[in-house]
Amino acid sequence: MQTNSPAVGTGTAFYVDNTDYYYGSFQAVRDVTLDIPERKITAFIGPSGCGKSTVLRCFNRLNDLIPSAHIKGRITYRGVDIYDKGVDPIDLRRNIGMVFQKPNPFPKSIYENIAFGARINGYKGDMDELVERSLRAAAIWDEVKDKLKESGLSISGGQQQRLCIARAIAIEPQVLLMDEPCSALDPISTRSVEELMQELKERYTIIIVTHNMQQATRVSDMTAFFNAEPTEKGGKQGYLVEYAPTQTIFNSPQMEATQDYVSGRFG
Amino acid sequence: MFTNPQYGIFVLISATLLTSVVALLVAVPLGLMAAIFLSEYASRQVRGWLKPILEILAGVPTVVFGYFALLAVTPILRLFVPGLQTFNGLSAGLILGFAILPTIASLSEDAIYAVPQSLRQGAYALGATKRETITNVVLRAGLSGIVASIILGVARAVGETMIVTLAAGQNPTLTLDPRVPIATMTAFMVQVSGGDVAVGTIKYKSLFAVGMTLFLITLVLNIFSFWFVRRFQEKYE
Repeated sequence: MQTNSPAVGTGTAFYVDNTDYYYGSFQAVRDVTLDIPERKITAFIGPSGCGKSTVLRCFNRLNDLIPSAHIKGRITYRGVDIYDKGVDPIDLRRNIGMVFQKPNPFPKSIYENIAFGARINGYKGDMDELVERSLRAAAIWDEVKDKLKESGLSISGGQQQRLCIARAIAIEPQVLLMDEPCSALDPISTRSVEELMQELKERYTIIIVTHNMQQATRVSDMTAFFNAEPTEKGGKQGYLVEYAPTQTIFNSPQMEATQDYVSGRFG
Repeated sequence: MFTNPQYGIFVLISATLLTSVVALLVAVPLGLMAAIFLSEYASRQVRGWLKPILEILAGVPTVVFGYFALLAVTPILRLFVPGLQTFNGLSAGLILGFAILPTIASLSEDAIYAVPQSLRQGAYALGATKRETITNVVLRAGLSGIVASIILGVARAVGETMIVTLAAGQNPTLTLDPRVPIATMTAFMVQVSGGDVAVGTIKYKSLFAVGMTLFLITLVLNIFSFWFVRRFQEKYE
């Protein structure tokens, strides 16, 4: 997609302007306004059903896959409205990578897991070199370099998740969306993914959804706290409570709900 | 029938091979396309009426298919295929393909439908188009089930009796020419057991020999499919 913002690398990556998120006529999340800084880690926290994953999946328009899902409002990336008719979601997703809650390597070899994305994106360079570079960047090269031909499903969960990160960064996106990337991992794997995130933020804008508040304090620069309230029809509706630097959210939040949540009184 | 009583079983096996290959050439592409269409492209409503129609096809008595091949398909094919005889392997194979199509389509569709949504999302998130996602990820993930469905289709084609008896003829010929009358293993058994066969004669014994061979062929196919599914099935949590 076209990027015409003058402040690439220093300014705002995404600007979410007073946006509501719907599934059919059901308003799942309301009133989200925030700006995601470039090359920082932004964390979305909040209780289950608060819509943080829904919001995340709109940054690469993955929610387009659900026919009833739509938004009201505006999300811009580097000044371009990503829901504009002229924006092809395929192109958008080539710039905005994603790592999912459960590791989802393809049922192909480790090598092919990386090569697939590059190939469909028309990569013409040295594939071996790209595979090695991507696996090194995801801190998993040493563990898999002798079994590149083996199935991506044959390695451990933590390794699979780093393989999925390698797969996402192999196509050199500008943004990495992470939807609870550590929730299926043990503490040691979690730590290696978190260390990896710190390295990756030198080059990528990262947005992470997490249930784990300690993780948010450890890794993120900015934190958005979402909360959920029951609707009349029995469902839950999410809304953005507070968005501030992570230090502020955890030490001196403005809102009482944020204070209650980060101190563990609910959620 | 036994003008040359030593003609052997290979004339029957070649006929079964011919009709089955023609059937697969019809059923595999159409069946896979139907499966992909149903699970990936069709809306809920279209799927709601198309899948039952496909499954009704599996319930059509094969004698109906057989006469359809003989009385409708062969005359039409004769307009296009020079030298096509009244009984032939081509029209029997084509209709046999439609008879096994529901098996392949329905079981492949189940296999494709069972591919976890998270894999599709993973491909889309890399900027894959729908076609790239299906051909590179979904079909690969469902491969073991798809191959199993094809093998089951082959087993049905090999064992199918009425269509080939009626439309392909009962004239044992060692040929791979689809235009001439041939007798498959099953057609031979119908022909022999249809008349009076004296116990202990060579005819009588040949029935059991052919039946055993048929059984062994389907057994080998099933063992292969069992092995293949075990070997290539992906375990998703």
